[in-house]
Amino acid sequence: MNSYPTTWRRPPQIVTDRRWRIALSVAVIAYLVIGLGSVELNWQRIVQGGERGLRFINGFLQPDFTSRWKDISNGLIESLTMTLTSTVVGVAISVPIGIGAARNIAPAWVYYICRSIIAVSRALQEVIVAIFLVAMFGFGPFAGFLTLSFATIGFIAKLLAEDIEDIDEAQAEAIRATGASWLQLVHYGVQPQVMPRLIGLSLYRLDINFRESAVIGIVGAGGIGATLNTAIDRYEYDSAGAILLVIIAIVMVAEYSSSYLRKFLQ
Amino acid sequence: MTDFPQTWAFRSPRARLALWFGWLCLVALFVYCWQVMTANTIWAFIWDAPRQAADIGGRMMPPRLSYLPELLVPLWDTLNMATLGTLLGVILAVPVAFLAARNTSPSLLILRPIALFIIVASRSINSLIWALLLVAILGPGLLAGIIAIGLRSIGFIGKLLYEAIEETDIRQIEAVTATGASPAQVLNYGIVPQIMPAFWGITVFRWDINIRESAILGLVGAGGLGLKLQASLNTLAWPQVTLILLLILLTVVVSEWVSARVRGAII
Amino acid sequence: MLTLTDLTKTYRSGDKALAEVSLTVPKGQVVGLIGPSGAGKSTLIRCINRLVEPTSGKIILSGTELSGLGTRALRRERRRIGMIFQEYALVERLTVMENVLSGRLGYVSFWQSFTRRFPPADIERAYRLLDRVGLMEHADKRADALSGGQRQRVGIARALSQEPELLLVDEPTASLDPKTSRQIMRLLIEICDERGLPAIVNIHDVPLAQQFMQRIIGLRAGRVVFDGTPEQLTESVLTTIYGAEDWTAMRKDGEADRVAEAEAVARLAMISA
Repeated sequence: MNSYPTTWRRPPQIVTDRRWRIALSVAVIAYLVIGLGSVELNWQRIVQGGERGLRFINGFLQPDFTSRWKDISNGLIESLTMTLTSTVVGVAISVPIGIGAARNIAPAWVYYICRSIIAVSRALQEVIVAIFLVAMFGFGPFAGFLTLSFATIGFIAKLLAEDIEDIDEAQAEAIRATGASWLQLVHYGVQPQVMPRLIGLSLYRLDINFRESAVIGIVGAGGIGATLNTAIDRYEYDSAGAILLVIIAIVMVAEYSSSYLRKFLQ
Repeated sequence: MTDFPQTWAFRSPRARLALWFGWLCLVALFVYCWQVMTANTIWAFIWDAPRQAADIGGRMMPPRLSYLPELLVPLWDTLNMATLGTLLGVILAVPVAFLAARNTSPSLLILRPIALFIIVASRSINSLIWALLLVAILGPGLLAGIIAIGLRSIGFIGKLLYEAIEETDIRQIEAVTATGASPAQVLNYGIVPQIMPAFWGITVFRWDINIRESAILGLVGAGGLGLKLQASLNTLAWPQVTLILLLILLTVVVSEWVSARVRGAII
Repeated sequence: MLTLTDLTKTYRSGDKALAEVSLTVPKGQVVGLIGPSGAGKSTLIRCINRLVEPTSGKIILSGTELSGLGTRALRRERRRIGMIFQEYALVERLTVMENVLSGRLGYVSFWQSFTRRFPPADIERAYRLLDRVGLMEHADKRADALSGGQRQRVGIARALSQEPELLLVDEPTASLDPKTSRQIMRLLIEICDERGLPAIVNIHDVPLAQQFMQRIIGLRAGRVVFDGTPEQLTESVLTTIYGAEDWTAMRKDGEADRVAEAEAVARLAMISA
């Protein structure tokens, strides 16, 4: 009867060298110590904050919709109209750019131009774009509309281009074989394949644009964000709670209805 | 379109009418929204915009490179905010995800809806709004930023993680259950190994997003590069603004590269 | 010894997956369970360790009644029943050793299993079993790095590490090629012989069942329609079990099978919760 080992340790899965493992854990601990150390804690302020935090939670649980209802509804209308117009315009601009950024149907020079437009739009944070557009176009929802349209381009055009690059080549090939022109190719060989996804993406972007519209208001681009900013500045936590609940409710409704719509359309 | 009438034959006149009606509604809605939105717009400002843009653009160039040393500490703060915030988000999101997943939730009627609400609430509210609130409550500083990033990350990580938990292979879980393992052991041996790759992927992905977000949280007082951006904007120091934006861009590109590499290594 | 008395399972949809199944498996006997897909073979096996909750009837394993036990007591009894699965059902991302040790989960505390610090006796047993199934050198590999036949051997080692008094085997060869199937069956039979271990083996391959089993039970639409030796399994008996060309019934059974699966999933959700 041979004897078998009575101990077993799980072999390390990712970092197999023991020294590297130790070095890595030391580095992580050192980072945590230094990182947490650089957080300055002002205990007095935090204790004060605790009381304010309670007031905010109270405001959240007993939201006050009525006293600022006019501001809230104005902000909401601005946000919603901004969301819709910017999504429509953004998608309308995205379609040609997305087609141009698809390697399989666009000539090289068009491809590079469109890809760089997408890269610029994606690299810039909405809030930073909003700051500049507010500086140029003045306060109000128009700057917000432009910001969201700009952000929509990067999002939709990129995903649309990827979709077009993923289409079934055989179908496009078949259309090309009939001697169709480039426009006909796009219309008959590409559009039917990507249309359902494009509609789905647009609905998704509508949802994102609404959420973002709540943010860019903070830097002056209008909408519900501006109302929220004011409410918090005035320490009116019950109104702020009401606004946040409205945002959450609209996002939930948008999410459910868009997932329903997408199912319905496919 | 009338060139090829036959190709449209598969769409019945009724369907075509509905389609046209749908488009018409969308256009009408767009026009209406446009009217409402621009009701208070002062068009003079808007026609003036190109001049403004040229003006600002002129002032922004060249970036003030000598400002760079002053930005190093804020940059470190921004990275810290993103990393520690992600850590906080992960710690909070993991239990929420297990409560929200249909196959691990201890109570489908009470705890699951609560967990789902937490996820939706966290997802609907951008980290900048969380920061705005937290700065008002806790005062300006890194702490507010970290918590804001953490709160926003709960929804993102929680949602993707609970979907991963629901997609686990039921047979592996069944096999562990059949050995007489306790629920905690089933979790540890049957479910956790299956979701580990998804977990790391999601975490690194969120960290990458959080780097972007933490760069601007300073605009509402939560520390980091955004704080310097705000200060420079307030004093109209455009060359400094350019430098800060370039630095943010660089950070974002680097973090995206790191996250892509790490995700590639895991999966 | 395992005794089933009037075991019945009716799914919520009203489909009767098992109807008054009664049978006894004495110590050391390997029983093959054959029947068309959806006849309730899988349900029967899962009712024994209550991965599927039977509607009525009794399950008695060496004097202990399993039906009606509370969750904690049920877990204790499950330790005595080893189970081997159709598609191995190994935890793919764990090592082979962890998979074998997972058979000990019912015996150790959560903390011991969490830190992977199993008692020396368990580890020794795991190595012995791995040696027995011929996978000694694969102990530290991840389960998903193994071939189908090797994975099923790990599955066998996991079930044996429970030191079971009964083996439940669900289509052990369904996803293996014919040669590997025979090797795995032979290994199973040898191991049962060595330990005097009774086993119930679901099997869809009739020749394989006739070659290896001591006793065969035929199941059709949830009822036992044949119970005898492999020699007694004649052409006409097979027609009673599988039906000549009764395709409509088969299709309905397929429906019941899907319902069964959905319910098993729902139940598991509650177990693992």
